[in-house]
Formats: sequence, C-alpha cells, structure tokens
Amino acid sequence: MLRRVRHLEAAAGTLLAVVIAGVLAGLSSLTAGVIAVGCGLAAGVVADVVMQRRVGAWGYLEREDDLLVRRGLLVRRLSVVPYGRMQFIDVTAGPLERSFSLATLRLHTAAAETDARIPGLASEEAARLRDRLTELGEARAAGL
Amino acid sequence: MTHEEGWHRLHPLSPAVGTSRIVLALVVVFAPTFASGGDGDFYSSLSHVLVPVALVGLAVVSWLVTRWRIEGANLRIETGLVRRSSQRFPLSQVQAIDTVRPGLARLFGLSELRLRMGGTGGAARLAYLPSKQAEELRLRLLSLSRGVHDETPQPQENVLVTVPVARVLGSLLFSGPTLVLLVYVVAFGVGAVLGSDATRAVTGSAAAILIGDAVALWRRFNRAYDATVATAPEGLRIRSGLVETTAETIPAGRVQAVQLVEPILWRPFGWCRVEVDVAGHVHDPSGEHRHGRRLRPALPVGTRAEAKLVLAHLVPDAPFPSRRPPRRARWKSPLRYRRLAFAFDDRYAVATTGRLARIESWVPLTKIQSLRRVEGPVQRRLGLATVHLDTAGKRVGTAFRDVDRDASLHDLERLSDLARGARRA
Repeated sequence: MLRRVRHLEAAAGTLLAVVIAGVLAGLSSLTAGVIAVGCGLAAGVVADVVMQRRVGAWGYLEREDDLLVRRGLLVRRLSVVPYGRMQFIDVTAGPLERSFSLATLRLHTAAAETDARIPGLASEEAARLRDRLTELGEARAAGL
Repeated sequence: MTHEEGWHRLHPLSPAVGTSRIVLALVVVFAPTFASGGDGDFYSSLSHVLVPVALVGLAVVSWLVTRWRIEGANLRIETGLVRRSSQRFPLSQVQAIDTVRPGLARLFGLSELRLRMGGTGGAARLAYLPSKQAEELRLRLLSLSRGVHDETPQPQENVLVTVPVARVLGSLLFSGPTLVLLVYVVAFGVGAVLGSDATRAVTGSAAAILIGDAVALWRRFNRAYDATVATAPEGLRIRSGLVETTAETIPAGRVQAVQLVEPILWRPFGWCRVEVDVAGHVHDPSGEHRHGRRLRPALPVGTRAEAKLVLAHLVPDAPFPSRRPPRRARWKSPLRYRRLAFAFDDRYAVATTGRLARIESWVPLTKIQSLRRVEGPVQRRLGLATVHLDTAGKRVGTAFRDVDRDASLHDLERLSDLARGARRA
C-alpha cells in the first residue's frame, strides 16, 4: 500500500516538475521544451525507483523491552527505543495516506535526536501499535 | 492580593534592576539628541522621555501582579495583569538551579533564582530576591526536589578548583575571538600599506565584527573570572563572574552528559574545558548558546589534573576509552581517526573524537534515551558503522564512531541491555 502511495507521490512530483520545466523551456524553443520534459520524466523515474526501494527498507520489531526501527538504503539507520523512555507517540495520516487508510507513527523521547518513525502502517495496525506502546511505556516509565 | 497564606513578592527594586540595562541603552541612544539641544520637535523629545518611563512603568505593574509561593512539592508563580498566568513547577523535575546576580543587582544585594526544568517546561524565574532569601530558598527548593520536606539544610561546600585570573586571560588570548581580532589587525596593516582606500574598506567591514568580537571576549572573560567548582551535599556548585556573577547547582543524578574539550591552541599549556549537559533549556541572558554548540562550562579553563578532579565527581570510576576503531576507519575519518576511541561498562559510556580539538565525552547509561546505529555509504563499503547514544541533554553528542560493523551490532545489543539494567538499579 505504501508503495502505491509513493508511486502517486512520485508521479505528482514528476508531473509538477515536468509541467513547470516544460513551460519555462518551451517558451524559448520547442527542442528545449522537449529536452526539459524528457529530463523531468527521467528524474521522476529515478526518484520513483529510489522511493520504491526505500519502502522495502522500512521495518520495525517489537521486542520485550524496546522497539527497533530500521530504515534507509544508502544511509542505513537502526534505532533502539526502550519503551520506558517514550514520552509520547503520535499517529498522523495525510490526505493521500488516508485515502489508502494508512498512517505514520512517530515515537518521541526526551532526546531530540531520536528519530523513530514508521510510515505506511495500516490504520488498525497503527492504532494497535500506539495503544500497545503506550501501555508498555506506562508500565516501564523512567524519569529523566 | 496577599490575603492567602504563604504568598511572597519579589523585591520592590526588581523593576528598576530588571529594566536598568535597556533604559541605559536608550539613554545612550537618545543622549546625543538632547545634548545638541534636541531636534526642535517637542513631541519627539517627549517620546524619548516617555519610552523609558513607560518601560519602567510596565515593569512596576508586572512586579505588582507577580507573587510566588511553595505549595507542597511545587513552586507556584502567578503573574500577568491582563493575561493572568499561574505556573506550577514540580520541584521533583528540577534539573538545576542557578543564582544569577547582574552588576546592578549586586549593588542592591539582590539575586535572581532560575530553576531549569526538564522537558519543554522551560525555566522558572524569580527576579529579584534579596540574596540571603535567594540562598535559603535555593537550598529549600533543592531539598524539596529530593523529596525532603524538613527544615532548610545548612550550606556547606568543599571547593575543588578555583581558576586563577592569569589563566583565564591566557585562555582568552588563545581563543577564536582573539584570532579574529588578529586577522583584522593584519588586514589593517596590509590596508595601511596599500593606501587609504583599502584601509577604509577594512574598517567599514570590521566595525560590526569587532564589536561583536569584543562583546564575546568580555562575556567569556566574565564567565570564566574567578570560576570555582565545589561539591556540596545538594550537588555540584559552579560559580563565576566579575560583574554579573552566576552560581549554578547541578544536583547529583541530573547530569546527562559530560564533555572534556582540549582546544588545539591550549594544547601546549595542557589546558582543557569541562562542560556539563543538563536536560531542559539553558536560559542564558547573554544568549551565547545561540552561537553554535557551546555549553556554559563547569570548568572554563583548567589543567588536566584539575579536570580529572572535577570529572572524578561527575563521572566517578568511568572506564578508560580503550577500544579503537579498525585501521580502515582512517579512510572514512582521516583527521579524526587518531582520536577515535570508546569504551563502556555497566554505568558509563565514554567516547573520544575531534578533528582539531580533542573531545572526550561521558554518558551515564541511565540517561540514554535511545540508541541509533547509522551506516553511511562510505562506511558500508569499509564495513564500519557509528553508534549514537542519545540523551535529553542539548549539546553533547556521544557516539562510537566508525567501529567495526559486526562489533557495532554486538555493542548496540549489549548497550541496550546494560542501559536497561542501569535504569532498573
């Protein structure tokens, strides 16, 4: 599902870029316009491939005491967030995500650097995970 | 207004002291107009007088409507005339307490008390109180923050280190702002040789930078002047200041991270700086925290032995950074490689880094908020990875840089186990 969202995002971005570049370059000459559109399309295809591959890199694992979140292909990141350290959890869903009934879950700790984000969860799964994490967080909460 | 029990007011001179700086600045700005007999316009001269008067008036009103009291384990501050605000600061979340005394406040024997709170709670400010009352209140708040509700304890301190003035001056001589100054002196000399046009160009561009530079130097000097680190039952006491004096109390167990910095210019003298990171905003009126990642140092400039003494209190029995990244890490971090080292035991993690300066940082495992393992494209080719230890502190970033990939996975696992154990202990 997240793949389809990313396809649409890539397509929308490409369309915008192609239209703007095409019009701007097309004003000077037709060849320039065609080249600009071609470049825009090529960039769009590359962006789409990258975005699709990145989708596959996302992953999370609920362990007994902490949550693991993995992401990234070029720069690979793995975050370990202990349940007791979670300050709050927010679940967001943009219009595009909502139409596919997807949501993004974000974990916050007292450290600003913590970046644990899980995009493209099914709405029910996001709600379940949120409730479960809150429950575990309360049980293991530790002060600063 | 004070018909309820236990409410206190701030000192009546607070409005005068609080606005003195800006009023003084206004006077300086407007004085030339008055000296030259005004610009003839009655209304504009009137506004020049009215602005400072209005400022003081507002400060007086704000003083009139401000009151505070201790409610159980909370400090409550009520303020505001139109928008009444009542803030409650839970003392159990106090991260540090600062006593700040600007020059004018010292003249009147007044102090400002600042409570740094964790999270986004900001800081509680009580400006100004009579110094004696501020000191008593500080001790009382600190004992309340530990959950002790009995009488105010007696202050007792054990001074660890006092920084001599000569060393402060020396450290400033070999610091960034002085270097900038030097560059301009050289530029000036070159300009003088080249002729008047070049000199004018240099002066024009220099003025603003030089003023900023002088201010920065002065602040650093004032901050480091007579810097003293002492231990007290309520925590670490850090005092300093020539005109504006500051005394911080960092209760034991509130330290998020500690950092030892050895700038390259100080190396010949064996000097270093010890910085302590605490959760919550650093409310610093001079605003130096906005300029880059600089903390207010616990020890602004000390010898290695002095630093060791302070560190022994901040991070006792911390491990020595004995493990080193593999040799191939040189390709990834050529400048940093010779400094990179790390270690951890069941209480602390330590890591050293730095390209020019040498930076050693310690994190108590109980303060780790999350762990991150990052593997960039170059690192992956070399089979390396970096493990970041995130804390609630704002500045010190401790990381095991460019360690072997397989070892990093193992360390990540081990660290999260140890941190969990440390939290529960």
